[in-house]
Amino acid sequence: MSIFVDENTKVIYQGLTGSQGRYYGLLNKAYGTQVVGGVNPKKAGTDVEGIPVFATVAEAMAATGATASCIFIPAPGVKDAVLEAAEAGIGFIAAITEGVPAHDEAYFFNVLKRDYPNTRLLGPNCPGIISPGKCNIGITAGHIAKPGGPVGIVSRSGTLTYQALYELQQKDIGVTTCVGIGGDPVPGTSFIDCLQAFEADPETKAVMMIGEIGGTGEEEAAEFIKNHMSKPVSSYIAGVTAPPGKKMGHAGAIVSGGKGTAAAKMEALRDAGVLVGENPTEAGELMAQIVAKL
Amino acid sequence: MDLLEYQGKQFFASYGIPVSDGAATDNVDEAVAIADRVGYPVVVKAQVHTGGRGKAGGVKLANNAEEARLHASNILGLDIKGHIVKTIWIEHASDIAEEYYASFTLDRSAKAYLGMLSAQGGVEIEAVAESNPEAIARIHINPAEGLTEEACRDWVARAKLNPAATEGAVSILMKLYTAYVEGDADLVEINPLILMPNGQVHALDAKVSLDSNALYEHPDYAQYDATQPRDEREVQAHEKGLQYVGLEGAVGVIANGAGLAMSTVDVINQVGGNAANFLDIGGGASADVMTGALEVIIHDPNVRSIFINIFGGITRGEDVANGIVEALRRVQIDAPIVIRLDGTNADEGRAILAPHLNEKLMMEPTMLDAARKAVELAAAR
Repeated sequence: MSIFVDENTKVIYQGLTGSQGRYYGLLNKAYGTQVVGGVNPKKAGTDVEGIPVFATVAEAMAATGATASCIFIPAPGVKDAVLEAAEAGIGFIAAITEGVPAHDEAYFFNVLKRDYPNTRLLGPNCPGIISPGKCNIGITAGHIAKPGGPVGIVSRSGTLTYQALYELQQKDIGVTTCVGIGGDPVPGTSFIDCLQAFEADPETKAVMMIGEIGGTGEEEAAEFIKNHMSKPVSSYIAGVTAPPGKKMGHAGAIVSGGKGTAAAKMEALRDAGVLVGENPTEAGELMAQIVAKL
Repeated sequence: MDLLEYQGKQFFASYGIPVSDGAATDNVDEAVAIADRVGYPVVVKAQVHTGGRGKAGGVKLANNAEEARLHASNILGLDIKGHIVKTIWIEHASDIAEEYYASFTLDRSAKAYLGMLSAQGGVEIEAVAESNPEAIARIHINPAEGLTEEACRDWVARAKLNPAATEGAVSILMKLYTAYVEGDADLVEINPLILMPNGQVHALDAKVSLDSNALYEHPDYAQYDATQPRDEREVQAHEKGLQYVGLEGAVGVIANGAGLAMSTVDVINQVGGNAANFLDIGGGASADVMTGALEVIIHDPNVRSIFINIFGGITRGEDVANGIVEALRRVQIDAPIVIRLDGTNADEGRAILAPHLNEKLMMEPTMLDAARKAVELAAAR
């Protein structure tokens, strides 16, 4: 099994005709994802290597039965793209785009919560989601992930995730689903959302959580783990040495007013029984140890 | 993007929030002219990106032109916690009856806006939050719904300000909310928001932080870029469009991905060294980007060694290797470089780098090994 997406997920790409959308859309299709259409009002009726392009999300859904959407649209258009997809009835939206204003994110997060509670939004500013062997939506290099489980991964960082997938693959450990929740201040999907889904997924037996400075997502996750998770969790938190007040690449990676430090997150997680690695290699080894004991 | 006080006041004024009549300048003669124009007494205030200006002698009252000249010349060039004062703001001094605090920011945990209002203004809000939390009236606003005047009035009532301030406060808070949302701010703070003896409510200070992801919506924000606090290295990196943060150590860092870059800085520290910077070159492996990154790194006088940490996902090892080889052809590097290349086609990449390796260009198989090597090399120079 997997969480949120699987081999039956049919994906349309908003922005398929742009250079990023095209590149990754085709890569995802080559991986085996059901890439069924693209959306671009100016290029409706054309196709991208056989993938039909529609004018709107609604039209694309009607023609293809799509259930998910992947957004590669430049930042200024993301708010409208998310709302269009939600309104059309898309159940899962992965917004890859970086640089979306925080106010836009706060706005559409809350509109979705209020008006489209059945739509799951992932991102923005995220690498996407991969259920190895079944479905890869976004920019993760699928071949570095071994299918089949028993580990589930949830992460704010892209490259650290790829590193984790790769290390687990080197140790012959499979992944059920790897969810990149992204580095922005108002992410559509949180650590808790993923932990909850992994706890309910019979194929996932352990979870790896990769966090970083900024916000309180990891601390809230620690609380959830303490009270609701039976499966073991290992974790790594980046940014132990980040100076306060400076945004470290990701819009949400900032220690503000003394809050959101890596140290506080690691403490909260350890307090909840999570095995926290001091560096990515150690975190990988901790997970290997957990898997060996399953 | 943090604004200086005078920029924040201009920002507030553009949304109709009453601020003191004043102007900014970088020279003494103009300062006196401004003081004459706005009328004495005036306050001469240092414009720097740090607090504690008053304590450092950066905020002075002047009752006449002579005092204005004296204070202006003392404050310009003053060093406040490492920030040299280049600009001062001169405003007409206000009569203060009471001081309040008001702000809007994002509550990431609630995924909603948080408004804070307190009758205890003019002091550090963190101190009030600790010693007297009930003195801060909070309101959560759903970004999808906005702030209604009704909710605003209720909030002001809970803050128990002087009743004479109610109308003025409600009016300013509604405008402050608009400034916060429509201006794409990360934070707007007025401390103190003052009640004057004549009953007017007025913003005596302005702390504004703008979302740099929203610059495309506000072309006029480009003017604030020039006054952002950046050291030399950060200025260069900014010009090249690189995600860079200057740090204090000797090991230069180039990594792909913000999380990996942060992690690299952490690991260097863990193995006993100190990173000179955070630098995320993002996806892709072009020689241009690698060249730009190396140029910024080598202009840092603190750098004694360089750690290039790349994990290729979609980006392929051979492309990264070719990018590095080409970049090294273009840029003359003194400091030894340690490379860790992993992920997709890492073997192909390593094969391309192999013939170029020497005592100035090394490869290590793991992130920890490479970090240790880079730290060792830096210490040896």
